[in-house]
Amino acid sequence: MNSYRPTTSRSPGPTEETLDVRDFGFWLYLMTDAVIFSLLFATYVVMFQNTATGPLPVEVFDIKHVFAETMFLLVSSVTFGFASLACVREHKGQAIIWLIVTIIFGLGFISLEVAEFVGMINSGAAPQTSGFLTAFFSLVGTHGAHVSLGMIGITVMIFQILIKGLTSPVKSRLHRLGMFWHFLDIVWIGIFSIVYMPAWLI
Amino acid sequence: MLGRLGFDSLPFYSPVAFGGASVTVLGGLAVFVLVTYFGKWRYFWEEWLTSLDHKRIGIMYIVLALIMLVRGFVDALMMRAQQAIALNNNGYLAPEHFDQVFSSHGTIMIFFMAMPFLTGLVNIVVPQQIGARDVAFPFMNSISLWLTAAGAALVMVSLVIGKFSTAGWTGYPPYSGALYSPGVGVDYWVWAVLISGIGSTMTGINFIVTIIKCRTPSMRLMQMPLFTWTILCTSALMAFAFPALTVVTAMLALDRVLEFHFFTNALGGNMMNYVNLFWIWGHPEVYILILPAFGVYSEVTATFSQKRLFGYKSLVYATAAITILSFSVWLHHFFTMGSGPNVNAVFGMATMIIAVPTGVKIFDWVFTMYKGRIIFHPSMLFTIGFLITFVIGGVSGVLLAIPPADFLMHNSTFLVAHFHNVLIPGAVFGYFAGFQYWFPKAVGFKLNKKWGVRSFWFWIIGFYVAFMPLYALGFLGMTRRMERYELAEWQPYLMVAALGALFVLMGIICQGMQLYVSIRDRDREQNMDVTGDPYNGRTLEWQTSSPPAEYNFAKIPEVRELDAFWDMKQRGVAYAPQAPYEDIHLPRNTGIGVFLGGLGFLLGFAVTWYIWWLVALCFIGILTCLIVRASQDHTFEIIPAAEIEAHETARFKALAEHKQAPGDFWS
Repeated sequence: MNSYRPTTSRSPGPTEETLDVRDFGFWLYLMTDAVIFSLLFATYVVMFQNTATGPLPVEVFDIKHVFAETMFLLVSSVTFGFASLACVREHKGQAIIWLIVTIIFGLGFISLEVAEFVGMINSGAAPQTSGFLTAFFSLVGTHGAHVSLGMIGITVMIFQILIKGLTSPVKSRLHRLGMFWHFLDIVWIGIFSIVYMPAWLI
Repeated sequence: MLGRLGFDSLPFYSPVAFGGASVTVLGGLAVFVLVTYFGKWRYFWEEWLTSLDHKRIGIMYIVLALIMLVRGFVDALMMRAQQAIALNNNGYLAPEHFDQVFSSHGTIMIFFMAMPFLTGLVNIVVPQQIGARDVAFPFMNSISLWLTAAGAALVMVSLVIGKFSTAGWTGYPPYSGALYSPGVGVDYWVWAVLISGIGSTMTGINFIVTIIKCRTPSMRLMQMPLFTWTILCTSALMAFAFPALTVVTAMLALDRVLEFHFFTNALGGNMMNYVNLFWIWGHPEVYILILPAFGVYSEVTATFSQKRLFGYKSLVYATAAITILSFSVWLHHFFTMGSGPNVNAVFGMATMIIAVPTGVKIFDWVFTMYKGRIIFHPSMLFTIGFLITFVIGGVSGVLLAIPPADFLMHNSTFLVAHFHNVLIPGAVFGYFAGFQYWFPKAVGFKLNKKWGVRSFWFWIIGFYVAFMPLYALGFLGMTRRMERYELAEWQPYLMVAALGALFVLMGIICQGMQLYVSIRDRDREQNMDVTGDPYNGRTLEWQTSSPPAEYNFAKIPEVRELDAFWDMKQRGVAYAPQAPYEDIHLPRNTGIGVFLGGLGFLLGFAVTWYIWWLVALCFIGILTCLIVRASQDHTFEIIPAAEIEAHETARFKALAEHKQAPGDFWS
């Protein structure tokens, strides 16, 4: 077969239209991720009473700890919002500063979560202990893995802003990363309401 | 250092396994030697493997599908041969080997034959049908392809190194858990399915966005060709059903590798949750396989009846109804699990309701043919074969949808007959029809008709001879997946079924001959598709040249009606001069998709064999690839207007000089 292939030299970037298409695609990706989380939630709801010989939910959750985690994550979403606003106003420096603040709060959240996990495992509440803990670690751990990936993404974006400046592809990537970050906030609110809160209410 | 991997993993324990491994290794080696001998590595790398052109990606998908079709079919032949002789004896396959064969047959046919086949057709056709120059995310398209190939490679490697799963293509725990299946087989299965499933999710997202956002601006939704409509629905199903497969296989992997308790018998595991999660993906998957075939049938029927499609709107609404309903029937795969009569009744009714929109479609196709001047192209033969055969499969499905009846037939060969009776005509025949129909569009020359007709007759006769006995065997009480049996009255039926498999083998050989003859005679004048419109087609993909230029359309087409190209031909503007031409932006080729696929394969292999350092390396590699790609801005290239003008002028000149008018392939 001899299909026609042209020869070219110049290499342009994406058009505004392409960037708009990417936003829509990213929304759809978030929806597929929402399916993943909803199935993990469903599994948790099915399994949280399967404590077998292990501890009950109320025995392993620490409300103060979880409250601190929640605050860190929610504040990080606000600071990401500030970064987005700075980006709209073309303030390169401010955008970078707010992104760094976001990473710091994100790190705070992740370190608290890791501390929580390590504490639970050391006290004999490991994912291998019971069906309930398997479901718990998988759901909350999947969220934590997303947050960690998001922080890698923020780091990459900080360097992109430093090197490339606030060009339209960079802005568009930052916009999508913001959607991802806020989406994780919403998932966390689900985790707080479905995993942690009922443990004390029921 | 190498985890569980050692010399005892090589298949020297059984002559049959060693034979399979040798064929795989020698086949791979032969390809390698041939490509090296002809010095084509650079050509393959630059023009094909790294290509982001949706048409080339589509062709690569179909090549993968055809290879895996042969592999999956060999499994089928082995099973039929075993069951034909295994009355009161062990046949020629050890039980554990037989279990691997049926597991890999199902896995390959669903994930690595049907999925790449339909995705390939979608890639080649959909952007052209909607007047687009490319898909929305060409790079993601390349990742999808190479993740699918990585999954297929994992299944193939399991033939040579280690063993494949014995847990069936559905991998139900607790049997597929670490306690009962400690070997590497289930791990191969889990990672093959998980990695290729992520690729399918991305394909789904890609084509939703392509169809919604990248259509030619003048094409309204209700002017889209029916194939595009079915693909829109299929893509929605892929995007929203495949995450369930990702979740459930990841959970099984966690159970197996890290000793979690999702599906274990002990410590609060819930194995019924696996079955639910699996079929929340699994039932929409059935429609992911079937809807594209329905789209093909719609195009083929209209073209070869030389009529407008009957009931276009009803076909669109029926497709949408099936899409939504497909998420509400998953429990019918396990009525016997014991969810109670009320739950079973609800899902039984939902299942029967799906038969209604499907029935609407059948009538629409029949009415399209009514009073049409039907041309019996091989693709039309496959369509007619489908219409008759699929109705039988659908009726047996409605029968199975009645929970009390299902309790009697669950896991019997009646079920095996039923789902082959819907998937072979409802999916495979559709892909074959699409293959015969769009082949000249993809490569520029026509497929030989004689061998196509022969392959159709062998396939359809083979299908009936192979699967009708299984319905009867189900009533005689034979369960599926038996490697030996003691009832003499079953054997005649199984021998007939084996004969049917041989007929299908002849069909596949005819398809191979068809490809060989067509490629051999591709330069003969009557075989070349000079016009790009060999069948007097109705939809926009027939407006482009065959094979299409990299940019498909020099000028984005103006759509006024359903069957846009037909309408253009009626108005005499189909081949109107298109100057002045403009520069076109297209994505630049990249090898990152190939690297990601390779890393996905290595990752799956490393986890299967517990090679943890390699797992870590793969993760780092994947992350690096993604960061590199996410930092590239200049990923496009410009085709200058002058070059386009030169190419298009040449094409119009060839069209004017060509003696045949468009569509006179048949005169």
